[in-house]
Amino acid sequence: MATEEANKAPILVVDDVNKIFGGVQALSSVCFELNRGDILGVIGPNGSGKTTLVNCITGFVTPTSGRIVFQGRDITGWQPHKIADAGLTRTFQVMRPYYSLPAFKNLIVPLISPRARRTGGWRGGGRLGSRDAVAVDILEEIGFERDSYVPYKMASTLPTGYLKRLELARCLALRPEVIVCDEVFSGLSMSEMASMVPLMEKLRMEGVTLIMIEHRLRELFRLANRVLVLNFGAKVAEGTPEEVMANEEVKAAYFGSEEVYSYV
Amino acid sequence: MDILIYGIINSVSLALMALGFTLVYGISRLPNFAHGALYVTAGYICWQLLHRLGLPYPLAGLLALAIMALAGAAMYQLILVRVRGMAISEIIASYAIGLAILEGLRWGGLKGATVILPPFATGSVGILGVTVDLQRLLVVLLGALLVGGLWLFVNHTRLGLALKGMAQDERAALTLGIDSDRMAVVAMALGSAFAGAAALVLLPLGNIVVEAGYNVLIMAVAVCIVGGLGSWTGAIMAAFIIGFAQILTVVLLGPHYQVVVAILAIILTLIWRPSGLFGRQKELEERV
Amino acid sequence: MTEPTQDRRKERVDRGIKVRTDGVYAIASWREMAYLLAPRLTLIIGLLGLPIFLTAFPYWQKVVSIIGIYALLAVSFDFLAHYVGLVSLGGALYIGVGAYTSAYLNTWLGLPPLLAIPMATVLGGIICTLLMWPCLPLRGVYFAIVSLMFPLLAARLIEALDILGGTDGVLGVDGLPNRWLEQYVLLGCLLLLLFGLRRLVNEDIGLVLRGVKDNDQAVKASGINITTFKALAVFIASCLGCLGGATLAHIYMWAGISQFALDFSIIPIAATVVGGGGTLVGPVLGCLILVPISELLRDFGTLRIAVYAVILTAFIVFKSEGLMAYATRKYNQFERWVNI
Repeated sequence: MATEEANKAPILVVDDVNKIFGGVQALSSVCFELNRGDILGVIGPNGSGKTTLVNCITGFVTPTSGRIVFQGRDITGWQPHKIADAGLTRTFQVMRPYYSLPAFKNLIVPLISPRARRTGGWRGGGRLGSRDAVAVDILEEIGFERDSYVPYKMASTLPTGYLKRLELARCLALRPEVIVCDEVFSGLSMSEMASMVPLMEKLRMEGVTLIMIEHRLRELFRLANRVLVLNFGAKVAEGTPEEVMANEEVKAAYFGSEEVYSYV
Repeated sequence: MDILIYGIINSVSLALMALGFTLVYGISRLPNFAHGALYVTAGYICWQLLHRLGLPYPLAGLLALAIMALAGAAMYQLILVRVRGMAISEIIASYAIGLAILEGLRWGGLKGATVILPPFATGSVGILGVTVDLQRLLVVLLGALLVGGLWLFVNHTRLGLALKGMAQDERAALTLGIDSDRMAVVAMALGSAFAGAAALVLLPLGNIVVEAGYNVLIMAVAVCIVGGLGSWTGAIMAAFIIGFAQILTVVLLGPHYQVVVAILAIILTLIWRPSGLFGRQKELEERV
Repeated sequence: MTEPTQDRRKERVDRGIKVRTDGVYAIASWREMAYLLAPRLTLIIGLLGLPIFLTAFPYWQKVVSIIGIYALLAVSFDFLAHYVGLVSLGGALYIGVGAYTSAYLNTWLGLPPLLAIPMATVLGGIICTLLMWPCLPLRGVYFAIVSLMFPLLAARLIEALDILGGTDGVLGVDGLPNRWLEQYVLLGCLLLLLFGLRRLVNEDIGLVLRGVKDNDQAVKASGINITTFKALAVFIASCLGCLGGATLAHIYMWAGISQFALDFSIIPIAATVVGGGGTLVGPVLGCLILVPISELLRDFGTLRIAVYAVILTAFIVFKSEGLMAYATRKYNQFERWVNI
């Protein structure tokens, strides 16, 4: 395991990251640090650069300038698969499972990746059993009932709630250090969400560090210990949920009115 | 001087060849791989009208264009609309239609017989010490005219603006009451007519042969890819780049390399910058 | 009575035996086993028996080899397009590279055909993969266009630079010892590769390839280098094509520009569409139908290209599932009217 010092140092440092798309400044000088065990919420209105930030961190987009340091290594400009291999992975806002495969076979893909073979996958089960068995284990962990048909159904037939879980499961199979969740709560019904929130808490207790991009603020503020607010690609505020909620600038820029209290 | 003048002529010819293709792709995101076939067909129809029916040249030309526009619209309405949205099926289907037309023509009409459209204008003039056929000058003139006309049409007529709107965002256009299927038909008709116009202007410079169909397709694709698929201004700039590159290789290396230049341009552009030299944010969608 | 009305519609139901053979009852009785084996045996016996059935027609016997070559190419197209998501419109590249490689191995190094063919298969596969490597990050339409350009470029370059024998091609390539060997090498390889590929796409590696097709970003986010996997898939596919090309060179005893020709790009695609994409067997079926048609039309010159271009268009537009998917459905399911 990592030493005491390594545990104290931030696991992810985003330093002055800029991204310009054909003249449009999608991100301007975004800086933040992420400590081990954090749940960092990232909020902001539509088009404020949240997803671009995720893409920059996970390597799907190369920042125009700035540095991203993960576990002491500068990962700016790395290929996405290399970053994932280092233990920083993500879910996608638009869920596209591997449609032509059954749900549990969806997890075979991450399970045969080099990282999963090194770490044994979630909880190291991959070292012991067959990949299929480990895949079903992970799915059960994340809320697919093992004895139902659901894990064996084609991914194309699953409803949204399960697809969101499948996205998460695909990350878990890698046994990552950090998961960047791009709107895992959106599109879920109240009851689906009710079971999703404890799941995220459980992940945190397992030692996974999370960045959550969300629009569902009520649940996010319950989970997150720190919140970052983006507007027009720039960081507007950062702090605990309470601080952010009290911040006048955030209210003006993001919520636009007093409605924030009724919403949260 | 030779290089400059022939470079310009060649570039305008390329732009003409590509105009129809990029028009259709730009508006309805349909890679029309039957473009080259339409080009040859236009020339062949015009020749038939001239020789079989003995129509006067301008009438035959206009009639050929009208037939091409109808044929393009029919091709879209009857066949391509059914594979709309499935990019690969679109390519395969339109390519197969093109093949069927070209190889059918080769078998039925263009075998053995020499098919030549007479030039509009004979004679030549000297420009800056270089002798240029009048027909070639006409190519430049008509090319400029067509591009200008297209620009005016797109920016200053209702139909043109509707097409432009659809090119930018099909769904948004739908919500504004633009019938995207009908617009796609119009686009296809226009694109086919442009292929025909290019054929009528360029074909008098040589024989009508089936190979021209394949070459025109390669040139059109090259121009569009280098310029960025769907970008009209990019296509025209790319036509000039490739046009001059071709003339240079012809002067330096020999005539065999014209098509090689085009193909290499396609491959290298796609490898190096798939969004094209002047494309907008396509890089993102395609690569990521 | 054939149209659905307000109170009746057609229902499609799995046959009982299909459901039973899906599970552990697959080996419960001879009936179940026969149900499973019949299609497979039909294919194996049909293909292997083809040269024997056709001994009476020497001309058609020659066509069997051509069918085999096209079938290899079609299977490789199907594999790449429907299991990896790379639509390679330039199958002629594989044929050409395979043919030239084998021809040179034979004429320069003096290897006997039976040694030159397998070597050319692997070597050609490596060459094609290296050529395609820079294009692997491309997707969809872009990959299709670039792959379409490769055989054209190869042919024009050979012509323009006058390399590799120029327009004459490579002459004096040894033929295979006898026709039976030629056909059974091809058909045997075809069957082996067919069943091998079917196995592969359900193995773990195959699952990753199918993942790349469905959502390559998610595969990247899973820490897998998709370029490596795509390269592997292209290598497998080009090996299939090069095997066909290498054999072709020894059948014609010649390798030349026409092996980069359009036929080799378009027939496999047509065969795949006709036979049914994504089934791997479908393309073979498609070749069994299309290649004889093309042979019948040989006297009409290029009309045959026009004919199968029309067939291709008709199928892709009106019956895009293909014959194999249709046949599978009829075999496994039945339809009945139900009252609503």
